[in-house]
Amino acid sequence: MTTPLLSVEGLGKRYGAQVGCLDVEFELWPGEVLAIAGESGSGKTTLLDCVSGRMQPDAGRVEFNTRHEGMQDIYRMSEPRRRLLARTDWGYVHQNPRDGLRIGVSAGANVGERLMAVGARHYGRIRDTTRDWMGKVELDTARIDDLPATFSGGMQQRLQIARNLVTHPRLMFMDEPTASLDVSVQARLLDLLRGLTRELSLAAIVVTHDLAVARLLAHRLMIMKEGRVVESGLTDQVLDDPQHPYTQLLVSSVLQA
Amino acid sequence: MNHGTAADATAGYNFAYLDEQTKRMIRRAILKAVAIPGYQVPFGSREMPLPYGWGTGGIQVTAAVIGPHDVLKVIDQGSDDTTNAVNIRRFFRATTGVATTERTTEATLIQTRHRIPETPLAEGQILVYQVPIPEPLRWLEPSEAETRRMHALAEYGLMHVKLYEDISRHGKIATTYDYPVRVNGRYLMRPSPIPKFDNPKMDRNPALQLFGAGREKRIYAVPPHTPVKSLDFEDHPFEVQTWDRCCAFCGATDSFLDEIVTDDRGGRMFVCSDTDYCRGRREQAHAAPAPVEKATA
Amino acid sequence: MEAMVRIKGLAKTFTLHHQHGAVLPVLAGIDLDVARGECVALYGPSGAGKSTLLRSIYANYRVQQGSVEVRHDGRWVDMARAGPRELLEVRRTTVGYVSQFLRVIPRVPALAVVAEPLAAAGVPRERAEDQARSLLARLNIPEKLWSLPPATFSGGEQQRVNIARGFITGHPILLLDEPTAALDADNCDVVAELIREARIAGAAIVGIFHDQEVMRLVATRLYPLQVLREAA
Repeated sequence: MTTPLLSVEGLGKRYGAQVGCLDVEFELWPGEVLAIAGESGSGKTTLLDCVSGRMQPDAGRVEFNTRHEGMQDIYRMSEPRRRLLARTDWGYVHQNPRDGLRIGVSAGANVGERLMAVGARHYGRIRDTTRDWMGKVELDTARIDDLPATFSGGMQQRLQIARNLVTHPRLMFMDEPTASLDVSVQARLLDLLRGLTRELSLAAIVVTHDLAVARLLAHRLMIMKEGRVVESGLTDQVLDDPQHPYTQLLVSSVLQA
Repeated sequence: MNHGTAADATAGYNFAYLDEQTKRMIRRAILKAVAIPGYQVPFGSREMPLPYGWGTGGIQVTAAVIGPHDVLKVIDQGSDDTTNAVNIRRFFRATTGVATTERTTEATLIQTRHRIPETPLAEGQILVYQVPIPEPLRWLEPSEAETRRMHALAEYGLMHVKLYEDISRHGKIATTYDYPVRVNGRYLMRPSPIPKFDNPKMDRNPALQLFGAGREKRIYAVPPHTPVKSLDFEDHPFEVQTWDRCCAFCGATDSFLDEIVTDDRGGRMFVCSDTDYCRGRREQAHAAPAPVEKATA
Repeated sequence: MEAMVRIKGLAKTFTLHHQHGAVLPVLAGIDLDVARGECVALYGPSGAGKSTLLRSIYANYRVQQGSVEVRHDGRWVDMARAGPRELLEVRRTTVGYVSQFLRVIPRVPALAVVAEPLAAAGVPRERAEDQARSLLARLNIPEKLWSLPPATFSGGEQQRVNIARGFITGHPILLLDEPTAALDADNCDVVAELIREARIAGAAIVGIFHDQEVMRLVATRLYPLQVLREAA
């Protein structure tokens, strides 16, 4: 493959006079996991929203390598097209699983929804596929008809992940995927994400404030401060040999257990 | 048929109660609805002399299209003589003086609550449905802005989620009335609380079908000869209700039957819900096999 | 023999912004070529920059001057200038690094830890795990430990898991940072043997060996480093 999966150029977004993010530029290739780290207000969530099609930037371009039409600017395509991409080729994992699930319908319906949204009409096959994915995220398939509210936070998060993966997306966006979970549960979920991204060759952009999450999950790391990317490189580069003063501060602030 | 005259119309009211500007507004909405089959057109629903939930939407649609030479039939759950049907028929006789009838074949305009007549309709007839909730996606998506977007983008996967849930909970699609349909291969529509038994009648019906929701302020339409398909799964196809009895009065085996409890010892009988159809059959001397049957265990 | 590593004029300085901007030059004017079949041992006192040089070749550390070229896929790639995608590709198939300490990932069993780089290089998981097993056996890790995460292993056991992970792929360039530091004599021999086999298979190896005996056993050449005077 000679073109990247995602190409971001000169991306900027302001909220009035306030800078959301500025001059962000990077390419993402299949199978690469990129972590965007920074403290609150750093602009990392704004950046994620802009590159995932949820918020139109004020400047710059986000291009995605579509399956049939090559690199396309995601904000110049029609809304139906973008929404279709968001339902099929992209996945989005919210920090709070309740934001990414339909609480009123069963686990099976949650996981099967995207399939039905793209035209799956065979009940039996939808259930089979759903069970498959529940198994892959280590959920008990016997609970396929249970409501999400009866699952623990960690399990809800797995459900959210399965719900996104059924359409075999090539790119996943994750907003602090483990931040709302208990520490012990976080570790298990990170394991799962790590395994899945490798096994499925998923490209992913993961926003996190926790450098340990970046270390574990990501090949590449971008550090943001006040809307700007102050340092970027391979994860181990940035964490082991930080160049920018802010990065050095962040890295030295991490407590070792 | 009751032949009315304009002189019977109550003095002091405009023809069919609504002022002409309102009728124009509603007719424009109807035209738009007919041009986009199944699409819910918002309209400025007026205060009517009966509360919401009693058919104000249907009445406004009828009032906008009715003319002095129309012959009006009004049914409620298939019957011409229930309170609702009687009152609406009286309302239109009082405000228009048009002729009314109980015979489907004689009517040019039929307003209905919760049933489609058994007698097949013909070109030139208009069927007006009373609709409580027009939005098929409402239970799944409370936001009006979002459901409008879903209709605009034809994002209807969520409707199948509901049907999926039914099958997972009950082993089959549990919806038996107000069963969602796809109109002209495009818009998802709620046919109003008619039994799913009636859904096939909507498909390519030669009559014009109009739907009015007064409280929700929406009008939609299915033009004549338009395909209307009920949603289902490949391995759980759409099925209509069947009975193992026939009508106790006319012997019909192809109509929607109401169950009537006849005594306090479990006696019951099944009769056609469509009173006109039943009477028509009896007049053609299709006698019933036996008057009353005890219920089996 | 074919050159695999070409370092020219490499200089590396640490700037500690939060220690009053202290500037620590660690490497300067480093020139080093390593060919297939060579095992170059970096030696010198503590603080001379041996580990730093190794990490710079791996692009774990950034350099301020010079070039660090490696032979990858029939061409030269400058690790000091290549983009992240290329660096990841080079690490995946060409340059392997055995660090001094195993970075422990919670709850991943030792077998998976060792098999992972091979699986990442495209080998089917079954075969990768078979090779992992034989390496672990060779390094005297008891079988009952293979399904356990290395977090609870002894230092020496962790180090051997680390070594297995580093050698399993047969990368043509190997960087070894004190591979035998925590090992007993027997296991030192096993590692020395692994290094020798890799050399014979055509790998170019750069290593730091604190144990003089091991260094004598495995090194084909020595490269001395000195502590730099602090910048003014």
